[in-house]
Formats: sequence, C-alpha cells, structure tokens
Amino acid sequence: MQKLKNTFADAWRYRYLLQNLIMRDFKLKYRRSILGVAWSVLNPLLTCLVMYVVFGALMKGLRGEGISNFAAFLLIGQLLFNFFRESTAMAMESVLKNAPLLRKVYIPKYIFPLEKTCFGFVNCLFSFVALVLVLLFTWTPVSWGTLLLAVYPLVTLFLFNLGVGLLLAALYVFVRDIMHIWEVFCTLLVYGSAIFYDPNMMDGWVQWVIKFNPLYHYITAFRECVLWGIGLEAPRAVICLVCAVLSLTLGILVFKRTQDSFVLYM
Amino acid sequence: MERQPVISVENVSMRFNLAKEKHESLKEYFIALTHGGVRFDEFYALRDVSLTIMPGDFYGLIGLNGSGKSTLLKIIAGVYKPSQGRVTVRGTIAPLIELGAGFDMDLTARENIYLNGAVLGYTPKYIQSRFDEIVDFSELQNFLDVPLKNYSSGMVARLAFSVATITKPDILIADEILSVGDFLFQQKCEKRMAELMSGGTTVILVSHSIEQIERMCSKAAWLDHGVLRRDGAALPIAEEYRRFQKADSLAAKGEG
Repeated sequence: MQKLKNTFADAWRYRYLLQNLIMRDFKLKYRRSILGVAWSVLNPLLTCLVMYVVFGALMKGLRGEGISNFAAFLLIGQLLFNFFRESTAMAMESVLKNAPLLRKVYIPKYIFPLEKTCFGFVNCLFSFVALVLVLLFTWTPVSWGTLLLAVYPLVTLFLFNLGVGLLLAALYVFVRDIMHIWEVFCTLLVYGSAIFYDPNMMDGWVQWVIKFNPLYHYITAFRECVLWGIGLEAPRAVICLVCAVLSLTLGILVFKRTQDSFVLYM
Repeated sequence: MERQPVISVENVSMRFNLAKEKHESLKEYFIALTHGGVRFDEFYALRDVSLTIMPGDFYGLIGLNGSGKSTLLKIIAGVYKPSQGRVTVRGTIAPLIELGAGFDMDLTARENIYLNGAVLGYTPKYIQSRFDEIVDFSELQNFLDVPLKNYSSGMVARLAFSVATITKPDILIADEILSVGDFLFQQKCEKRMAELMSGGTTVILVSHSIEQIERMCSKAAWLDHGVLRRDGAALPIAEEYRRFQKADSLAAKGEG
C-alpha cells in the first residue's frame, strides 16, 4: 500500500516533465513546416480521400452496401486506428531512445511510454477537426443525443494503447526484432479492424476473427455513438473496458518486472 | 536525539552482465544458442559496499579508474538499482553527475531550461521564478531563442551548469565537474560550488586530486576494484592513498 502511494507521489512529482515532453514533441513535429499544425488535420483528410477513392469508387463491391455515410465511417476508423498504431509504435521505441537520459538521472521509466501515448492522444484529438469538416461537408447527420458517450471508447482505447505501449517498450529493450514484427502485425490489423468495409458482408469465420479484435470494438463503439445514434450498448462497453484493463495490467506487470534491468541492456 | 544518516548504503553489490557479444535480435540470439550457448561474463562493479553518511558530512570518494566510484554515485542517485543490498536516502539529491541530461538539441535555450528543469524535478513555477538568475549566470542572454544545436559545446556546458546548480539541495553529488567553460566562467562555477557546499549541505565528491580531498573533505571512502578498502577521516586515508599510488603493484593483485 505504501509502495502504491509512493508510486503515485512519484508520478505526481514528474507531471511537469510529462507536460514538457509532450510540448516538446508537439513543437518539434511541426517545426520548419509551413502549414504546421494544419497537417494534423490535412494528413488524415488526404489519407481518407485516397481510401475513399480506392474503396468508394474503384472497389465499390468490397465495402458492402450497408454503409450510408462512407466518408465519415472511413475517417473514424482511420483516426482511431492511427491513434493505436502511432502511440504504440512511438511508445515501443521511447524507453530505448531516451537511454542517454535514463543512464544519467533518475526518472520513472514509465514516463516515456506514457508520454508517447498522451502525445498520440493529443494528435488524435487535433485530427478530429478533420472529422468535423467531413461531417459538415458530407452533411452527415450527427446523433447529438449520444455524441458525448463517444468519450468512453476514446478513454478506454487510451488505456488499452498505454498497456500495449508499456509491454512493447519493455520487450523492445531486450529484443529489437519486436519493431519489425509489430509493423507487419499492424498492417495485418488494418484489414481486420473493419475500417473500410462492413464486417457483416464477410464470411462467417472472418466475422468471427474480427470480433476478437479489440480495435474493432473501440472503432465500432465510437461510430455507434457519433454516427448511428445507438450509443453505448452494454456488451460492447464491457468488452472495451475489459480489453483496456487486461492490456494495462499485463503492460504494467511486465514493465515493472523488467524495468530495473533496462539500464543494463541499453 | 540520535541523528539519522542521510544516506545509508548497506551491503551493496552491483553486477553487470558483460555479454561477450551483444544479442540484440532474435536471429543473433538463436545463432549464439546453437553455437554453444549464450555466455555472459559477470562483472562486479561493486562488492558488498557499506557506507553511512551523516548530515553535513563532506565525503570524498577516491580510487583508480574503474574502481566503481561512478557506479556507486549512480546507485545513490537512483539511476541504477543495486543487484544486492539496499540504499536509503533521506532528502533531496542534486546530482551533478552528468550535466545537461535531457537537453534537446532541436529546442531553444529557453525551452531547454524548462525541459531540463523538469527532468531534475523542478516545477515550472520554480523555474519561472529563477529564470532570470539562470540566464544571468550563464551569460547567454543574447542566445536564448537559438536552438541548442547552434551553440558551441562550451555554451551548452554553461547553460547546463546554470540550470543544475540553481537549487540548494540537501545532498549534492558531484563527479569531478566543478567548473566548465573559459577561465572566467570557471571561477564563477567554483564560487557557485562553494556556495552550494556551504551551510550544512551533505556533499559526496569524486575526485582524482588528493589535494582537493585533503583540503575540502572531512571524510573519505576509498574504493579499489569495487571493494571498499577504507573509509573514515579524510586525512589519513588520503595519505595512505598517496602511498598506494606509488606502489602500483597493489592495484594488480586487487580483486576483479
């Protein structure tokens, strides 16, 4: 109990470092670019446009007929998946990249994966401007009644990402192959997260596989809140929470057990 | 009332696995496994070291290169966790071990002061209140909004020293970095160090200068190949250490 209290006191003490690191990442991301922060909005818009052309026009039959507002449907999937991919990939490298710092002064090591997940979250929030633009442009009706509930899948996804990020960051210190495996795995995951198609038109076994993908549930829960006015349904809400808790527990356990030997492998 | 030690080091050992070859990918690892196993050379940087440091002590750490002085400092500062043993620290530590930890070369000096301050655990409010003092001391007023990559190494060192020494800690750990920059700035640094070390601050100082140890320290600890050879009053130990240097054969037969 005392240990837990110490951990929280420690985290509280270093909150400014967290804040500083996030600000640094944000400044450096857009330094020397003419459009600056606008890229946070433009980037997902353009990517979405490409996918819209590919799956909306060229391969129309693939996406299924059940989707009415395809642009918004696509963009939501795209944004949330990017949040996952970006923050986990950055978190994975974060501990090792800060090796020079960790070898010099005492800093709680989890602050780096945590910072990257927060940074990914901030980026994700900025890119929601793109979503608003698309919603306005395509004149998609937004379900106002359930809009605020969309916070729930976002927050649980944040925790889920944090857990995965902690786990990857710890493993990456010892085995560098993880990075390549994770890249390929994420590419595979894009197709299994129902970002640009309606899962109901898939074969039975594919549907079954998709249902085991936590990201599918976060993305769908968000769509249900923003687009479809269904709001949060109990089973999906529970799945989102359970996945977040499981991932976070596993991440924290592995990170905690291995963190003392990080310095010896960096 | 019995005085409590500010730092107590109890039976601390530090073991490093010096892998003959480093296996950083699975392929390398499996190849090594099939070629007769993964070998690690165990290396003890410290063996069963115990030290008690009381408030106000001015402790000098002496020993040859590779005797474990820096490792011990890093363990006290919390960078390393000892393989065995325990370290208890009561009070705030200012580690002047390596300056400028966390400086980002792409950021400006102004931004780096806040970042580096946060790394050292200061609040933004505190840095804000001492900001002018930091800038004044570093004499870098005209370069505040220049990215650090455009600084000369001397300028970076000056900035780092100014940020690191802004607070008066309970415990000051210094690894030979008593002064940086040109000779004028070095004099300023020495004055600042003297200020920090005065008034009851506990100091642990690593130095290769026996004169410095004799002049400044009240107590000394002598590390030899990771083993604590002597600790106690500074003068006799410094005297013995000086003789030891001459008879260098002793170093060769130390534990390793």
